[in-house]
Amino acid sequence: MSTARAEVPGAGSTGRPQPGFVRRCIFSTDHKTIGKQFLFMALFMMAIGGAMAMLMRWELAFPETPVPLMSWVPEPYMYGGAIPPNTYNSMFTMHATIMIFFVIMPILVGCFGNFLIPLMIGARDMAFPVLNMLSFWVGAIAAVILLASFFVTGGPAAAGWTSYAPLSAVPIYTGVDWGQNLWCISLIVLGISSLMGSINYITTIINMRTRGMTFFRLPLIIWALFITAILLLFALPVLSTALVLLLFDRLAGTHFFLPQGGGEPLLWQHLFWFFGHPEVYIMILPAMGIASEVISTFSRKPIFGYHAMAYAMGAIAFLSWIVWGHHMFQSGMNPALGSGFMITTMIIGVPSAIKVFNWLGTIYKGNIHYTAAMMNALAFVAMFIIGGLSGIFMACTPVDMYIHDTYFIVAHIHYVLFGGSLFAFFAGLIYWFPKMFGRMMNETLAKVHFWITLVAFNCTFFPMHILGMNGHMRRIYNPLQYDFLKPLQPINIFISISAFVLGAAQFILLANIIWSMAKGKRAGANPWRANSLEWTTSSPPVHGNWDGPLPVVHHGPYEYSSPFGEEDYLPQNVETPAKAAVAG
Amino acid sequence: MASSTAIPIRLVPASRGRQFGEGLPSGDLEAPIISNGRLAVLILLAGETMLFAGFIGAFLVYKLSAPFWPPPGLPRLPIEITWANTFVLLASGVTMNLAVRAVRRNRIARLRLLLGITALLGAIFLAVQGSEWIGLIAHGLRLSSGTYGATFYTLIGLHGFHVLCAVVWLMAVFAAALLGRLSAFRRSAVEICAIYWYFVCAVWPVLFYLVYF
Repeated sequence: MSTARAEVPGAGSTGRPQPGFVRRCIFSTDHKTIGKQFLFMALFMMAIGGAMAMLMRWELAFPETPVPLMSWVPEPYMYGGAIPPNTYNSMFTMHATIMIFFVIMPILVGCFGNFLIPLMIGARDMAFPVLNMLSFWVGAIAAVILLASFFVTGGPAAAGWTSYAPLSAVPIYTGVDWGQNLWCISLIVLGISSLMGSINYITTIINMRTRGMTFFRLPLIIWALFITAILLLFALPVLSTALVLLLFDRLAGTHFFLPQGGGEPLLWQHLFWFFGHPEVYIMILPAMGIASEVISTFSRKPIFGYHAMAYAMGAIAFLSWIVWGHHMFQSGMNPALGSGFMITTMIIGVPSAIKVFNWLGTIYKGNIHYTAAMMNALAFVAMFIIGGLSGIFMACTPVDMYIHDTYFIVAHIHYVLFGGSLFAFFAGLIYWFPKMFGRMMNETLAKVHFWITLVAFNCTFFPMHILGMNGHMRRIYNPLQYDFLKPLQPINIFISISAFVLGAAQFILLANIIWSMAKGKRAGANPWRANSLEWTTSSPPVHGNWDGPLPVVHHGPYEYSSPFGEEDYLPQNVETPAKAAVAG
Repeated sequence: MASSTAIPIRLVPASRGRQFGEGLPSGDLEAPIISNGRLAVLILLAGETMLFAGFIGAFLVYKLSAPFWPPPGLPRLPIEITWANTFVLLASGVTMNLAVRAVRRNRIARLRLLLGITALLGAIFLAVQGSEWIGLIAHGLRLSSGTYGATFYTLIGLHGFHVLCAVVWLMAVFAAALLGRLSAFRRSAVEICAIYWYFVCAVWPVLFYLVYF
């Protein structure tokens, strides 16, 4: 070992004593532990957000009838199990807020970002381990603040996850007082957590790559996380601006978003969506990265068009800054501006299509292994195509005028966020579970979970397109109050039953996680015979990630079925045999 | 205690061993072009820029769409004293830069003096702003005085909060200098703090021009 480079204190190889329980499991600075903490926090929040989705589906299928088993909920929230309209408003607001900010972002960025970045670039930890720990705990405080809003007078925020002003700016409009304030504070605090995370990710990826790990030898998920961190860095401060101004309107008597004091309600929409559109790519880019890893590994083929994939993500990230107006076609914005936003939005279809064709190109004539991880990754691609195509409909101003704020929108966002992000999460979890916990996930349970989820997911969300085309409003409490929606009620009931099956299927995943952590088959260092660096160390990796010196990288991460190797894979730290022979 | 022996600039490597904010050594044999600490503060400033851009953007929406700005009946902002205050803040940027040059040459006594002056100038800036606010509130300009008052206090307050954070940070660096923990070999704490300080100084003239004129 070179003397210029001292070993990391506390690394497994130095023989130092392991830190105590609190430092190891609670206030840990180890990126792997922090990644798992994000995972468990997100799973906990997912249970809450999911439960609210179930209650909403009950209300939509059987309006104003008591929900079974829920009569214990006290009065202002529910009446003998029946959901009142203001609780329903709170539910769709909190369902979206929790799922977006406290489930998908912590899982994709927090969990996979923390766990994978140092392991895949060949570093012993993040650039700033203490900052990393703070990032999680500040995020956890944000989650607690959000959950606390359930218990204040008036209940939690009820103005939708977009919290459009002036609805959100005046307490009496929604009947929610401190719930909305806590919603703002929680997201400001979460913004600080994400800022710390993104500073850490960007610095780590730029500065901490091991020898030979050039930018174009990075696995695509690292590219995705790098670009995501940049998007987070630039997008979240704008949301913080909007939230601070909203909080001032609510608490300090200002009129930023209230027309009566010279304020500008539309400004909220501009600020919110300037953040909001990059945000949707924050939630899909890491998922695309996961799919790239899993699909290449289980097709036993190099990823098709590696450079095109990286550039496409860069292009998506760039375009995401100039499309926010497509959320506001109905807002009274200048129609000429609307055409501009329509065109930029449609252009995003190009890099997205490049990615889809590259995944298909990777599978084409591959030696496909239908593992549970691969099935979930393929489902990601398929569902993302459906979600992407419905996105093109909505980008089109004339069509959007018609389907704006209908269930068509709900269908679209769930196809990209559930069908996209969550299927990629399932794929990534199964794929990296052995590295995280040292044991394989149960393949049979994972496949059962996959098939039920896939079918129930499509039964739940595909009919929503039909509802939307027929004018079913997005945030309606009781669809039976309109005659033209009454014939659609059987579809609503079908959707709800499918949603209950979908929700129930997630218990299979939970059981699989718990069972596999305790009793799963022990995993070797490289159970999937994959190439990237995390598979060159033990499962789970030691503190400091590699026992010996850090691995040195000789080529890209997708050398499957390489003619140079004897095996059908060639880990990044193994010199290409042909080159070695020439050199020798 | 480190003496103030002059070491010529550029002869001292920027990082030797682990320093404040340098993080864990990577597997690379070459040191990175920009150290972790400096890169991190630059990234932070990119995010801060977006935060200010959001606030300034909101401010401009109100200012440019208002028929009269400032609205009639509300007090005008004090220009003369703020001109003086602007020079105070810009001067603190100069002394900060001199402090960085001093630590590079290992002139520790000079470093302490310059850091002290810089922090003092920052504090003077805040004090003048505070007294200005008190005067404006007395003259009836409040947060609730329409968008004029609201944007003034939030935008200038946002900058003031950043100056406050920068002063606190600088005091920590100053304390490290007093305790003899800084030298030409251990100087990234000064350099990183200086980057943030320059940012806070550089934002101010933009705000001064947009808000006061």
